Amino acid sequence: MSITFNLSKNPIYDHCFTSDRTHVAITQGKDVLIYNLQNPSKPQLLTTLKHHDKPITAVDISIDGKIVTCSQDRNALVWTLQPNGEYKETLVLLRINRAATCAKWSPNGKKFAVGSSARVISVCYFEEENDWWISKHIKRPIKSTILSLDWHENNVLLASGSTDGHLRVFSTFIKGVDAKPNPSIWGERLPFQTLCLDVNLSSWIQDVKFSPDYQFVAGVGHDSSLFVVYPGSGELEVSKLDKIKTSNLPFTSVIFANNSKLICAGYDCHPIVFEGNASQGWKHTYSIDDPTKKKVNVVENQSARNMFRQMDLKGSTEQKSNTLLTIHQNTITQLKPFQYDNNGLIRFSSSGNDGKVVIFDV
Amino acid sequence: MSQSLKPYLTAVRHSLNSSLCLQDFSSQLVERHNYPEIENKRSPEILLNPLHISRNASERVLIEPSINSVRVSIKIKQSDEIEEILVDKFTRFLTKRAENFLILRRVPVEGYDISFLLTNYHQELMMKQKLVDFIIEFMEDVDKEISEMKLFLNARARFVAESYLNMFD
Repeated sequence: MSITFNLSKNPIYDHCFTSDRTHVAITQGKDVLIYNLQNPSKPQLLTTLKHHDKPITAVDISIDGKIVTCSQDRNALVWTLQPNGEYKETLVLLRINRAATCAKWSPNGKKFAVGSSARVISVCYFEEENDWWISKHIKRPIKSTILSLDWHENNVLLASGSTDGHLRVFSTFIKGVDAKPNPSIWGERLPFQTLCLDVNLSSWIQDVKFSPDYQFVAGVGHDSSLFVVYPGSGELEVSKLDKIKTSNLPFTSVIFANNSKLICAGYDCHPIVFEGNASQGWKHTYSIDDPTKKKVNVVENQSARNMFRQMDLKGSTEQKSNTLLTIHQNTITQLKPFQYDNNGLIRFSSSGNDGKVVIFDV
Repeated sequence: MSQSLKPYLTAVRHSLNSSLCLQDFSSQLVERHNYPEIENKRSPEILLNPLHISRNASERVLIEPSINSVRVSIKIKQSDEIEEILVDKFTRFLTKRAENFLILRRVPVEGYDISFLLTNYHQELMMKQKLVDFIIEFMEDVDKEISEMKLFLNARARFVAESYLNMFD
């Protein structure tokens, strides 16, 4: 079962549902569009957020409804809903001179992180005195563009994947904003910019996620592999690194359904499920929206008129289907969790370069 | 289709399929720029290994992938001087109209006759399997076209020579 929303003709680089799952924000070139999806058959456009002057690369909605957008014009904006129903933007002082590539709110909505091509991660927080969002930079030892970010539930640890092939976990502890984190497997003392994990996976890390129990991380690389990294007790120690090679095209996004189930999607245009655990390793179990299980439905039209028409248009009489067998007709750009029950994720949403947002059952 | 053409085209098709996994990527070096990284090879970490596929000494394809662009260069078969001239005229005809061709590169890569530059924007706008189909079809047809033109040229030359020499009969 899946619900498809055809929201645009242009690619959607990122999407995000509000926490009550009724509205969705999608990127659309230089704008962000917010749709009301309460009536699934008829998406209703509520507002367009216009301010950026280069394509928007990421959008995220915090738990209290603030929207952050970041763009290739080097800026990030925080949009807050005013009592009159309009969104008001606040510029964030990112202090970067290259494109911003990804943005994520921390789970409590007090901070967010923006990755960029300037080889820094800006950790942004609100400064009451001056009434603006300011940032602190994580610079070392990042060597290339940041492609993905993910937060730990304690609002301090931040996982990042970059084009230099490293998967890293940093501490973003900011005095006055964060409560002191409890010691965990990731470390005990965590001042700002502490490196808690650093593994070289030697391919671009397209996406990275913490597991639901926050004991390990998973990442997807451009070499069509899935990586599961278990940290060790020592400093920067990796106790186990699982690399699962697949024969699919590379993945662009990964999410956890629960501690023993992962969902990946990417250039193959349909989601793929991996299951496993630390002791037995991970393996591919099934695919969602699997094209190999669907039938090709070529419309048999053998009329002479049709044959000559084909010859005139294309110079051949060959009949080929123009559409893929999957729901998404182009690369899936982002997966996001949609709905949970007691056992974990039951539905997730995906957005693609074909301008579709689809909600799948796990 | 000859015996060796099919595996050659299949190899090109699969390599294109796997290298056409592109994403929007803004420059790391120049502020507010977004250019095909393969044309400016200054950040080595975002380029992938180039790939040569050769059918024989005179026919080969070079695929150079990067994070947001792929350059595909084709060397068309040229066994004698007539074919060399024909290929030169043919590719010049196409490259002069590169603007209307979207994926065609104005100047071919050195050592090749014709180059295509596919960027992430092409992949977003057009269907990937159709792009690959187009390049494969182009490779298939260009051989046919050149040998047809050669036959036609020879026939015409024979006809011209005949009618010229008839005058001295």
